[in-house]
Amino acid sequence: MTTMETIMPASEDEAADIIRDAASAGTTLEIAGGGTKRGIGQPLAADRVLSTAALSGITEYNPGELVLTARAGTPVADIAAALDENNQMLAFEPGDWRGLFGANGVPTIGAIAAANIAGPRRITVGAARDALIGARFVNGAGEVIRNGGKVMKNVTGLDLVKLMAGSWGTLGLLTEVSFKLLPRPQTETTLVLRGLSDGEGANLMAAALGTSAEVSGAAHLPEGVAARTGLDGGAATLLRLEGFAESVDARLQRLRDTLTGAPDMETLDVSASRDLWSGLRDVAPFAGGTRPLWKISVAPMAGHDVAALILRETAGEAFYDWQGGLVWLQLDDETDAAAEAVRAAVAKCGGGHATLIRAGDEIRRSVPVFQPQAPAVAALAERVRASLDPRGVFNPGRMVWNDGRKAA
Amino acid sequence: MTAIRFLEPRAELLARRDAIRAGLADLVAADCLVTDERELVPFETDAFTAYRRVPLAVVLPQTTEQVAAVMKYCSDNGVPIVPRGAGTSLAGGAIPQEDAVVIGVSKMAHILEVDYENRTARVQAGVTNLRISDEVSADGFFYAPDPSSQLACTIGGNIGMNSGGAHCLKYGVTTNNLLGVTMVLHDGTVIELGGKALDAEGYDLLGLVCGSEGQLGIVTEATVRLIAKPEGARPVLFGFDSSEVAGACVADIIGAGIIPVAIEFMDKPAIDICEAFAQAGYPMDVAALLIVEVEGSDDEMDAMLAKIIEIARRHNVKRVKESQSALEAATIWKGRKSAFGATGRVADYICMDGTVPLGQLSHVLRETSVIVEKYGLRVANVFHAGDGNMHPLILYNVNDPVEAEKAEAAGMEILKLCVDAGGCLTGEHGVGIEKRDLMLHQFTETDLNQQMRVRAAFDPGWLLNPSKVFPLDLEMRKAG
Repeated sequence: MTTMETIMPASEDEAADIIRDAASAGTTLEIAGGGTKRGIGQPLAADRVLSTAALSGITEYNPGELVLTARAGTPVADIAAALDENNQMLAFEPGDWRGLFGANGVPTIGAIAAANIAGPRRITVGAARDALIGARFVNGAGEVIRNGGKVMKNVTGLDLVKLMAGSWGTLGLLTEVSFKLLPRPQTETTLVLRGLSDGEGANLMAAALGTSAEVSGAAHLPEGVAARTGLDGGAATLLRLEGFAESVDARLQRLRDTLTGAPDMETLDVSASRDLWSGLRDVAPFAGGTRPLWKISVAPMAGHDVAALILRETAGEAFYDWQGGLVWLQLDDETDAAAEAVRAAVAKCGGGHATLIRAGDEIRRSVPVFQPQAPAVAALAERVRASLDPRGVFNPGRMVWNDGRKAA
Repeated sequence: MTAIRFLEPRAELLARRDAIRAGLADLVAADCLVTDERELVPFETDAFTAYRRVPLAVVLPQTTEQVAAVMKYCSDNGVPIVPRGAGTSLAGGAIPQEDAVVIGVSKMAHILEVDYENRTARVQAGVTNLRISDEVSADGFFYAPDPSSQLACTIGGNIGMNSGGAHCLKYGVTTNNLLGVTMVLHDGTVIELGGKALDAEGYDLLGLVCGSEGQLGIVTEATVRLIAKPEGARPVLFGFDSSEVAGACVADIIGAGIIPVAIEFMDKPAIDICEAFAQAGYPMDVAALLIVEVEGSDDEMDAMLAKIIEIARRHNVKRVKESQSALEAATIWKGRKSAFGATGRVADYICMDGTVPLGQLSHVLRETSVIVEKYGLRVANVFHAGDGNMHPLILYNVNDPVEAEKAEAAGMEILKLCVDAGGCLTGEHGVGIEKRDLMLHQFTETDLNQQMRVRAAFDPGWLLNPSKVFPLDLEMRKAG
């Protein structure tokens, strides 16, 4: 990244003024929270950086209502600490991806929303977009917009909150977000099954999710990844159960009974289980280094086939979360992201999408980082983008590959 | 009755009625097109029966291609389109207008694929909500959103309104259980959003479409999430001496880290009405009733119930009644789910749908009574207390114009009360025409203009369900 002027407005009004001025002057802004995910997306060149770092603080939190509202620049750690005190949590398990990029910044809650982050519990409670019930943001004309609210059920008007989640700062500057919360489970355990192939792991996870055991995490780690995660002894298929102690015990027994015929089973105690899943949440097996890293989202049963097809073309390593529907795939060759092979494999296995989460600037300039869309959907998405930021003030070109041409 | 306005039908469209009908007849089979005046009557309103308009024609296509052809035709000819599922909207979301073509999805009612390994079902938009669960129940799965009208309402309509139900406290509403759609845009373009993957690429257009009240396009197929059924489920009745205490008990259950599958609330008038209809065994000597449902094996349910009962005791619960059999459990839910229908037997009513923060439940219940009494009317409250989604039923006589006007005025005051308490106008029924003119109480004009600009990215000519959601006199609308 080149050094650019960074502006840190201290209020929403100030942010709106800056954006209004930028729009009328025809200049562009790169939106940043803690800057820990700046390396994701097509490389972009904006005139200045607009940071939410000074828009910080929890604005409303009443534990009995299971809702928390905070300014966008609030560190995720501050929120986690406040929730911890009340035995509550952001149920979608926001990951900390600093390790992937060697980043030192402070991850902010606004970025969790803007990137629509989701951890292992995605399979039961959804992603950030499912917990995000309200937002305030400044659109590209410098207008402050409020959408959604602070209540758990709300269908009043168009759901722009969903649109903001996962828009990577290309539609507006989030200034305040409201999240639905859940009580933190009293305890948890993980059932570990050893030595399954990727395909067998997928079958087993599907069988487990088809039971009433309420599995809240289902991952499969091939041998190499398992070893780096501290699980020696071959590939590991992981099934997490959470809740009140007596309920977890009952469901664990039920799960074991269902999976008779499965290979060796062991269980992890609560602290080992928590460490394991937070590592997977943070994609710790692929932390460090600069090798290309893909996040591939497909039907759960397709994950292992997609990985196998790609790894036939190029060397690398994968592990699977979300019952197999999320493939984290790291390639060995630092100079080639094998984008065509990745997208072809996804298409061949029933569709989905692949995002190049980590790669050098040069690679990201040369391939689409986000999944290219069908022309009609891409055109619609562009009309939607323009309806929020008609002058293209925010993060120009971050989500759309324009074949190496200068960003619009 | 204070008339809710509709857009004026365009005279030039009415003048071309026969030509438009003929144009539509070229696109679909004769039994898929309704133009006979008597046969159009069932389509003139939905469950918001106080308003009605006979549409220009009704088309009931059998395929996505037919929907696309009809929409292209309407778009080319500037004809407004009103999408319709089963017509169960309580907010008037499916009420047509005289110059509009209704496109109903009722003939597209096939379950296309059930995939247990990926836990998804692919269905056509006209499949009813309950049919999905019925289809997969024997194999141990269900589809979670369960609006009271689930026997009749369609998935297409559920997506249009982002429908909820009694069990969304644990499992979420439609938007949390929807993975993909096939959708036809205003000009007949067919797009796919999402699929079997847990999230979709690019902007979350699927999330935007869900709950857009038929203003962005017509969904013809959907991929929904299936969930493994719990080992067992048990509703338990808790009777209290006052609504306030029942409300406080709800807040304490949630505050203790317990999320039951459902916490439903009924006040005395609602208990009387539902018990008379369903003979569900509701206690009659209490002022308020909670139906709390827990899930799991017998031991798990016993353990969780023990925790809940302990909390209820602290609130001096007067009656605790556990269902002893599947039949009893079904009866308890029958009473709750037939609340609207049962109320309809004793009086006409309008059903409000505001959501408030849990801490405001008691305050809003109290103020609701004050408002309704002020108008000399009665109210029955039956609602989803676990997520603060209130449903006051204001009872009145539809044949008494003065009373009808009072009921509508009381309803509007209650919705404003919900917004002022930090909540919203509608938790699951949608804005439709019913709450359209209150939108400026919850949003600023700037907020609504932004929503309308996004809307225009899908439907630049404002042809799709045009009288709904956004107040008719906003400038941004006139631009369209």
